[in-house]
Amino acid sequence: MEAPNIVIKVENLTKKFGNFIAVNNISFEVYKGEIFGFLGANGAGKSTAMKMLCGLWLPTSGNAKIAGYDIYKETELIKKKIGYMSQKFSLYEDLTVAENIRFYAGIYGLSNQQIEAKTNELLSKLGIEELRNSLIKSLPLGWKQKLAFSVAIIHDPEIVFLDEPTGGVDPITRRQFWDLIYDASNRGVTVFVTTHYMDEAEYCDRISMMVAGKIEALDKPSILKQNYGVSTMDEVFLKLARG
Amino acid sequence: MKRFWGFVHKEFLHIFRDKRTLIILFGMPIIQILLFGYAITNEVRNANIAILDLSKDAVTNSIINKISSSGYFMIYDNLDNLDEIETVFKTGKVKEVIVFESGFAQKLKSNKKAEIQIITDATDPNTGTTLYFYTSNIIKNYQMEINLVQQPFLNIIPEIQARYNPLLKGVYLFVPGLITIILMLVCAMMTSISLTKEKELGSMEVLLASPMKPFLVIISKVIPYLILSLIISTVILLIGHYNFGVPIRGNLILLYLEITLFIITALSLGILISTKAQTQQVALMVSLAGLMLPTILLSGFIFPIENMPLPLQIIAHINPSTYFMIIVRDIMIKGSGLEFLWQETAILIGITLVLIIASIKNFRIRLQ
Amino acid sequence: MKTIIETNNINKSYGAVTALHDINITVNDGEIFGLIGPDGAGKTSLIRILTTLILPDNGSANVLGLDIINDFKSIRNEIGYMPGRFSLYQDLTVEENLKLFATIFGTTIEENYDLVKPIYSQIESFKNRKAGQLSGGMKQKLALSCALIHKPKLLILDEPTTGVDPVSRKEFWDMLKDLKKAGITILVSTPYMDEASLCDRVALIQGGKILSVSTPQSIIDAFPKKLYSISADNMHKLIIALRNFEFSNTVFTFGETVHYTDRRNSVIQTGEIMKYLQNNDLKEIKINEINAGIEDCFMEMM
Repeated sequence: MEAPNIVIKVENLTKKFGNFIAVNNISFEVYKGEIFGFLGANGAGKSTAMKMLCGLWLPTSGNAKIAGYDIYKETELIKKKIGYMSQKFSLYEDLTVAENIRFYAGIYGLSNQQIEAKTNELLSKLGIEELRNSLIKSLPLGWKQKLAFSVAIIHDPEIVFLDEPTGGVDPITRRQFWDLIYDASNRGVTVFVTTHYMDEAEYCDRISMMVAGKIEALDKPSILKQNYGVSTMDEVFLKLARG
Repeated sequence: MKRFWGFVHKEFLHIFRDKRTLIILFGMPIIQILLFGYAITNEVRNANIAILDLSKDAVTNSIINKISSSGYFMIYDNLDNLDEIETVFKTGKVKEVIVFESGFAQKLKSNKKAEIQIITDATDPNTGTTLYFYTSNIIKNYQMEINLVQQPFLNIIPEIQARYNPLLKGVYLFVPGLITIILMLVCAMMTSISLTKEKELGSMEVLLASPMKPFLVIISKVIPYLILSLIISTVILLIGHYNFGVPIRGNLILLYLEITLFIITALSLGILISTKAQTQQVALMVSLAGLMLPTILLSGFIFPIENMPLPLQIIAHINPSTYFMIIVRDIMIKGSGLEFLWQETAILIGITLVLIIASIKNFRIRLQ
Repeated sequence: MKTIIETNNINKSYGAVTALHDINITVNDGEIFGLIGPDGAGKTSLIRILTTLILPDNGSANVLGLDIINDFKSIRNEIGYMPGRFSLYQDLTVEENLKLFATIFGTTIEENYDLVKPIYSQIESFKNRKAGQLSGGMKQKLALSCALIHKPKLLILDEPTTGVDPVSRKEFWDMLKDLKKAGITILVSTPYMDEASLCDRVALIQGGKILSVSTPQSIIDAFPKKLYSISADNMHKLIIALRNFEFSNTVFTFGETVHYTDRRNSVIQTGEIMKYLQNNDLKEIKINEINAGIEDCFMEMM
């Protein structure tokens, strides 16, 4: 691999809640354009770590730089450089597709002209021009998720954080969703994703596995499988998470 | 039965675990009663008044001086004739007009008595009463002062006239009113919220899919609030009685029976709301707009019903709070018994029955 | 074989949206029956009809020999139900939750302890902790204990494993297997296709319609086409290349490989595909014919 461009650099990051150490001294790097899978059991500390990287929570100790900005002092700058999408909340159900796009684009300070251009581009890319003025709640879940992802990267962020983006989505839409992820990654957007689908873990360039607040493994899926002498990521997960 | 009490126990656990709500439930009535008791009824400062001095002599002058230097009043206007009284009230700038009869000092000297008329704007009965009370106190003090040196006693007779609300309803109305508001709030709002909470959480689904009879679920949710409401009513009565001297002249058992009746009214309202609302937010909004506002504004608590436009009067007359407020006030202040209150009580029972039937009709044994 | 659940042409619409369309399934005594489909497929609507929580627009169904409309009270006594949304009281402790459910069903924890013991004993040491403070896996165990406390003959679970990590999911399925051994019939819904193989029989459901009801094996055996697993050094390029191949029928990513079917029904030459991919600058190409999985079948039927 050619000298990679580091977009996320995490050093000894720790977050404590009282006596409970949610994230315990984790360090890793994520490269530009990479699809980075962030895996772990429920309660292993994934969400906490992700919230710190997005500038939503301050760490207890340790350092991290996101897109070159410090997570203590430059959270406002970080927020301009990242996109975020979660399964739980993505788009406003009672607004139309175009209104949602306008709203999110507006948050990131895009001009009216840019918004108009972006909206057209996005709708034609997803092939849903005719749904422009439909309410989000009238769309099937799969469409919502694809749209939510496109909206999350509407301001051309350097990094997009995806928190279980494909939960409950049908298998075909799930794969279409990953096409969008590949596409973004090819354009140089770094994708940081959590998932409970182990086949999706295989789609990532590298994955990290969190167990009880620590990163227990971090490598390419193929190498992890080799190291643990198993044939699927599911087995890697089971071996690691069960200790 | 065991199911039922197990469920009641659970409701109590919910209530006691939620410390914040508990503090609000008990703290609010206490704060409100103190607010009403001290701030609203007593605290009149620099109220604008007008003087109509038909005598303009030394005695009236010194009384006016006493009044203006008391700190409670500002003399806004001096009137020249009786016709101006109505005009000056209509402007709304003046809360009270004091009228000295002509030849005041003369009459005081020759007849040993003279009359002062105190006219208050009693659209706000609490302020009106307070102003009158202050004015007559100042006059009494003046009378005592001159009587120290003067024999035989001179008598200044203040005559009051409360315009727009001649009976001065609302003198002690704040305690009955407060009980009504709090019971509405605790019973109707809290029940509807706690029932819709089960829907939102998804636990209603499990309860419905269990052998627990749906109506028992509701009754057992309601019981803790009934008990809580009785305790809160007692707290308000105690503070009102011992702190502000609001009398409780009537039968205490009758009072508590009527309170329980009204609690059931409010609880069935809460249940009715919860059968329609799917989320806690909707339940809250409906309870606030649909129940709290009428209870406060359209029950005769703040604005006299007689002065309302007809549509609002109609609403006030189907509002159970209106009747309950009359019942509580009459029991407490007039010492009335059921022989005088059976009509209001009967109406309240009627409204309650309608509400209970409506909520049973609307209650779903399924999710939709 | 005794029938535990039987539905006849169940339909359900919400306004203009058809949630269920002519649903016919039977669940047999003692089996684990999986209802498999993505969100919005109609799983929850069907389960709520069977648990007597909503009424079908038309059609009929029997649960444990009882009619879902007329005998709903008896059904509610007999079944254990765990809805999709987490349904425990967060402000009550573990023990208080379990006790409450025991009381609701007119029983006690002690009376039916043997059935819930294997599950409840795992969380019993936290019995004074509030349910809201438990980890996801522990909440699930408590919810399952609560659904089992009255020894139901039939356990109905709506998406118990959604959003749960693979380890907890595996543990959960192990618990279901033990319950099956104890003679309980289980109807479970899930959006995870890989969980199909853990069921005795499954119904694949999509858009309110049942695509297929059978054992997982016979669904797999019925896959109509030859399926190839293809891998190469660059996944994204591989997908694009295969999609542009003139004979390609379906191209779906599966982990680190791509599952490919051809439009031609005759036996195809893997060499031809290999050559095509090589011409597209792909390296380390591997092509193997493989057996389909449930997910392949599901996508084929969609």
